[in-house]
Amino acid sequence: MSGEVRSAAQTIGPFFEFALPWPDGPHAVAPGTPGAFWIEGRLLDGAGAPIDDGMIETWQLGPPGIRGFARSATDAEGRYAILTVKPVSIAGGGGMVHAPHLAVSVFARGLLKRAATRIYFPDEEAANAADATLMIVGDDAVRATLMAASSERGYRFDIRMQGRGATVFFDV
Amino acid sequence: MAPERRNSPRIDPPFASPSYQSTALRAPSRPLLRLPYGPTELSGPPVEALTAGRTLVNPSDLTRQHAGEPLGERIIVGGRVLDGEGRPLPGTLVEVWQANACGRYVHRSDQHQAPLDPNFTGSGFCVTDAEGRFRFVTIKPGAYPWKNHPNAWRPAHIHFSLFGRNFSQRLITQMYFPGDPLLAVDPIYQSIPEPFARNLLVARFDFSQTVPEWALGYSFDITLGGRT
Repeated sequence: MSGEVRSAAQTIGPFFEFALPWPDGPHAVAPGTPGAFWIEGRLLDGAGAPIDDGMIETWQLGPPGIRGFARSATDAEGRYAILTVKPVSIAGGGGMVHAPHLAVSVFARGLLKRAATRIYFPDEEAANAADATLMIVGDDAVRATLMAASSERGYRFDIRMQGRGATVFFDV
Repeated sequence: MAPERRNSPRIDPPFASPSYQSTALRAPSRPLLRLPYGPTELSGPPVEALTAGRTLVNPSDLTRQHAGEPLGERIIVGGRVLDGEGRPLPGTLVEVWQANACGRYVHRSDQHQAPLDPNFTGSGFCVTDAEGRFRFVTIKPGAYPWKNHPNAWRPAHIHFSLFGRNFSQRLITQMYFPGDPLLAVDPIYQSIPEPFARNLLVARFDFSQTVPEWALGYSFDITLGGRT
């Protein structure tokens, strides 16, 4: 059967912090980049408790000239933070657009494989309304789990694995 | 165009796996939504962007990162990173981390009553060559106990983190050692549904990579999903 030879995922486990994070890791853009802001939030389990041994990675396609990749381990309060600028809108087929978004990977003890989600921006209403992926999500309450909130340093985006307001994850 | 190789119920562990207790409060509760691959999923950072700014000494030789030699059985772990079509993926980052020979991690919250080794950190990375090959020199990690259930022990393993070409291919997994009796009772390894898929995570003892008078060799190929 085609497509069936592939290495399985396994959990990142609790003991990666001495190995995977690096000082520049959280910076999708270099500090001092004009317009740079922080996206920060908490990673929470089904009891609402912080996941203090998780790792968040983000990837965005542009704007040109930036690294676009960031990696942040979560701290004792489950907090992560990445420094970036807003990605650009990309034209898709059939009048759709890819609204500005970040692709997100969540890894943690207790996650046997990557949980993938997206971060969208609340101040991109027109683009969001024409975004093919948000359209698939459908339900407003579920869509809201993909939307960052404006904050003092940039945006806030909490990730809830379960329960009320649980983040929607994608099969990638 | 190459097919999209997403989560497979035969290969990938389910998020909710009751025998691995930490999944209970962490497995996503909503069903996964199938995401059409777009420009973001089919792109990724250039490898230089992932290695710049790292200060690890001798990143592919974990036995030469300190003043002295680490204790334990020196081994070589080599293999290839492939895409779902079996094509090698050159120039892609491979990160590894592991416990020392006694089964102890250099991590503040590892409380296992086993000694740290001042000459071993257990962290490395390398970039695959033109044939998609990687090669690490390290120490065979020890098994260690964990709290999942009474008398629970993890089989010896090396953690692997891979990027492939793009976001769709990102993978974190573990490499195991052939003949380890703990594999049969490990809830993490056993969370992989099909035996053939479990076997793919067990390295092969490989005389061709063994260096006489110096180190035993193991082969470990990794096939990524997603789409190149």
